[in-house]
Amino acid sequence: MNENLFAPFMTPVMVGIPITTLIIILPSILFPTPNRLINNRTISIQQWLTKLTSKQLMSAHSPKGQTWSLMLISLFLFIASTNLLGMLPHSFTPTTQLSMNVGMAIPLWAGTVFTGFRNKTKMSLAHLLPQGTPTFLIPMLVIIETISLFIQPVALAVRLTANITAGHLLMHLIGEATLALMNISLLTTLITFIILTLLTILEFAVALIQAYVFTLLVSLYLHDNT
Amino acid sequence: MESVVPLKEKKLLNVKLRELASWILMRDFILKGTAGAFQRGYYWYYNKYFNMKKGSIVGLSMLLAAYMLFSYCSSYKELKHEQPSEYL
Repeated sequence: MNENLFAPFMTPVMVGIPITTLIIILPSILFPTPNRLINNRTISIQQWLTKLTSKQLMSAHSPKGQTWSLMLISLFLFIASTNLLGMLPHSFTPTTQLSMNVGMAIPLWAGTVFTGFRNKTKMSLAHLLPQGTPTFLIPMLVIIETISLFIQPVALAVRLTANITAGHLLMHLIGEATLALMNISLLTTLITFIILTLLTILEFAVALIQAYVFTLLVSLYLHDNT
Repeated sequence: MESVVPLKEKKLLNVKLRELASWILMRDFILKGTAGAFQRGYYWYYNKYFNMKKGSIVGLSMLLAAYMLFSYCSSYKELKHEQPSEYL
């Protein structure tokens, strides 16, 4: 049963050929490019949602920070669409692989740090020490703040991986439990209801994307502009 | 009987069986042809189901159902071992 449980998270292979790249590229098919002033319904809905999201995400930045908006919105769309596609049964979610999330997190975080260092060196170094600390605490606090800075990309990647993986695993387990309890019908309805609730809550994997980009955003904001 | 149209320009369904081997050898840009085929297929589906004034959810759900079926086929090997519950 243990091997069965983790089988959905292995890289998908079809007749011996890994098709991971195809599955990663798949969400891009679902976002067609708008050609006209007034498009079909699919594109109109996507445009409206993108406008809503980008206003929400990028309005708090200065113009210099808003040059990052294309990067951040495409990141948001990618993670959101990948996670939502992973909600389909038997599908493979690339964001459950730590390798991919670390590959996304480290370059983006490093970009924000280096932008801040290059343009406002004093300011970004000053962030290592919160305001108003007693003098004798300063060395220890600098060390602590440096550690917390370097833990940011790891936290970003592991947060996304762990949340999605744990959600999928939980759904598998509870589904299996429901099937096993089918003959003891008193508990079945209760557990099925728990599955339903968990599935709905897991649809807020999209909220996780929000958390991802927001965290990235906060980091960018602090490093670049203040 | 001699073909009137030159062999190189015929599509696959028009080629006679005798000429098949030389047809395959004569095809250049295989990669570009495959990519062109994918592109044409994509736009055919898109124009038929998405690019309408009053599109509906049918196009998207057919796509997702096909993706689900594809994933099921891809992971059939691991799913083969799952038997329905034997406790009765």
